[in-house]
Amino acid sequence: MDRGRGVVGQYQLSQLQNIEAQSIHIIREVAAEFERPVLLFSGGKDSVVMLRLAQKAFWPGRIPFPVMHIDTGHNFPEVLEFRDRCVEAIGATLVVASVQDSIDTGRVVEEVGANPSRNRLQTRTLLDAINEHRFDAVFGGARRDEEKARAKERVFSFRDEFGQWDPKNQRPELWSLFNGRHRAGEHIRVFPLSDWTELDIWQYVADEHVDLPSIYYSHRRQVFRRDGMLLAVGPHVSPRDDEEVFEASVRYRTVGDMTCTGAVESGAKSPEDIVIEVAASRLTERGATRADDRVSEAAMEDRKREGYF
Amino acid sequence: MELLRLATAGSVDDGKSTLIGRLLFDSKAIFEDQLESVERFSRQRGDDYTDLALLTDGLRAEREQGITIDVAYRYFATPARKFIIADTPGHIQYTRNMVTGNSTADLTLVLVDARKGIVEQTRRHAFLASLLRVPHLLLCVNKMDLVDYDRDVFESIREEFAAFASRLDVADLSFVPVSALQGDNVVQRSANMPWYEGASLLHHLEQVYISSDRNLIDPRLPVQWVVRPQTNGQPDYRGYAGRVAGGVFKAGDEVMVLPSGLTTRVAGIDSFGGPIDEAFPPMSVTVRLTDDVDVSRGDLICRPLNQPTVGQDLDAMVAWMTERPLHPGDFLALKHTTRWVRAVIRDVHYRLDVNTLHRDESASSLGLNDVGRVSLRVTQPLFYDSYRRNRQTGSFILAAEDTNVTVGAGMLHGPD
Repeated sequence: MDRGRGVVGQYQLSQLQNIEAQSIHIIREVAAEFERPVLLFSGGKDSVVMLRLAQKAFWPGRIPFPVMHIDTGHNFPEVLEFRDRCVEAIGATLVVASVQDSIDTGRVVEEVGANPSRNRLQTRTLLDAINEHRFDAVFGGARRDEEKARAKERVFSFRDEFGQWDPKNQRPELWSLFNGRHRAGEHIRVFPLSDWTELDIWQYVADEHVDLPSIYYSHRRQVFRRDGMLLAVGPHVSPRDDEEVFEASVRYRTVGDMTCTGAVESGAKSPEDIVIEVAASRLTERGATRADDRVSEAAMEDRKREGYF
Repeated sequence: MELLRLATAGSVDDGKSTLIGRLLFDSKAIFEDQLESVERFSRQRGDDYTDLALLTDGLRAEREQGITIDVAYRYFATPARKFIIADTPGHIQYTRNMVTGNSTADLTLVLVDARKGIVEQTRRHAFLASLLRVPHLLLCVNKMDLVDYDRDVFESIREEFAAFASRLDVADLSFVPVSALQGDNVVQRSANMPWYEGASLLHHLEQVYISSDRNLIDPRLPVQWVVRPQTNGQPDYRGYAGRVAGGVFKAGDEVMVLPSGLTTRVAGIDSFGGPIDEAFPPMSVTVRLTDDVDVSRGDLICRPLNQPTVGQDLDAMVAWMTERPLHPGDFLALKHTTRWVRAVIRDVHYRLDVNTLHRDESASSLGLNDVGRVSLRVTQPLFYDSYRRNRQTGSFILAAEDTNVTVGAGMLHGPD
């Protein structure tokens, strides 16, 4: 199956080249039309691909905007290490906004209960950082195939002065003519990967030799089973008495907060292995590995309305 | 592997969601957890059957009210192609949503209920597809199982629709009889309709020839961004970044920059992966020129012997998408290729009834979901082609100057 760079015909782009060209177009439009864009970078595969596309958009020039990490304080150490290495290699400016700071200053209160998570708290930290730095365009790596609320989102997604998304009242988006007009205090979330699927991301990672954090590939790890997911034993997550810890060969399909991101059992050691695995998978990546989306049918929509990524 | 963008429209009654659900399911684009969640929700709501529309209707209000509010994008792939479906509701905000979905589509899929035949909505969908110049129109006659797979039913719908479509500008028109519920002719050819000799729906989507749909004749590069690294390694580099909107550019080509009208040559075409021999739509590239001419965002690179129309007085079909009507004298922000200008509406010539194609020349304004012929004047000259010749350089959007909301979409008329 030729998903990648292979020649399709004269004056014809492959589907990956096609969506790549569209993403680069989107990123350049934002750089040209906004005063203070920022690119959200978590070290996750989607944000890494987005960063690569930004690099391509302005090459041989540098990326003309900073990257920002919303740090929950519950990160995988491998991902933090990767984040710093990656940002330094391309000479980008990194802004870190910390959920711990938001807790310490009383902006948000840490969740308590059976499964406390900082996932939802990130929204406050993100919106505060957008205000503080007066960012007017915020690139996110969300894809429409991820989740059903995302399937309805625009590439240029308007946020009001409260950072809220109003799904019933979105601007129509035609051709490749994006409307980023907004008033002071409002901003636009921009999703250059809207048309990419999980499989596209992995195919691109394979074709372009994109470097990713090691936890995306199969490794041995101490895990326990909770709600049908494999969670890693670590400083922020511990098994309850009835949860048995065992070692398994696992990889992560998404990298979020350690407290709510599960691993899948896998022997896939390369992007090519993962392309094969993803093509055969019968579960979505969020359904398989994200506790934050399991709260309710509309968990993502609710968080997005509040200003989540 | 190529990309095909398709737009669909229709109501629940037409079986559109069932059809899309089947395409997604049979191509393994629906996952078990998605299906389980849909089954669970259907049961909770007390449905008699699993409502596949829930796969595409993701918003809370949609699930509660059982309606589709907005354009939803869905993705599936076969070994031959990747497909992006812009799934638009048939009733609510139909013009706004259909124009949006069709603006980027290679193919529009219009669904007809075999028992009902061509209805007003069918004609409206087909007209909007032709207005947006979607190159391929596919009429799916659905629910053939409910008319005993009768060939005569299919043929009479086909004839009636072909007669209507002859009044439209449709380059390629095809028909497939299907039963989305039973799966007839969706993925596999159906044994229930041996009289049908064409391809199944999926096979048609995989095979329809789209390579010649782009404009490879008129070289057009709207400049998005000037790349100037100003680093020690590249002190003098100047490249003009943009997405090719027409034609083919090669190193050595003589080119003209608008609005200055200066001519120079392409020194090279760059990309992150290395130099590019030929740039064509829809590639995003960076072009270097041999002479140090003044070029900035909003300029257009073309060929001296193949230039677009340059003008401030525009004539266009406009689809209006907001409650507040469009009147002569209104000022609006207009985006065309990579530039925003101010526009004033000079005149509304007629309003087109999207159901009957009747031109109402007494109309002096356009309301929500209206389509009409409008003349405008803009503050700076645009470099444009007629929409029928080039969907990129022939289109614009209109935004309200106070709310910034996108309120209209325009398709330019030109000399040809």
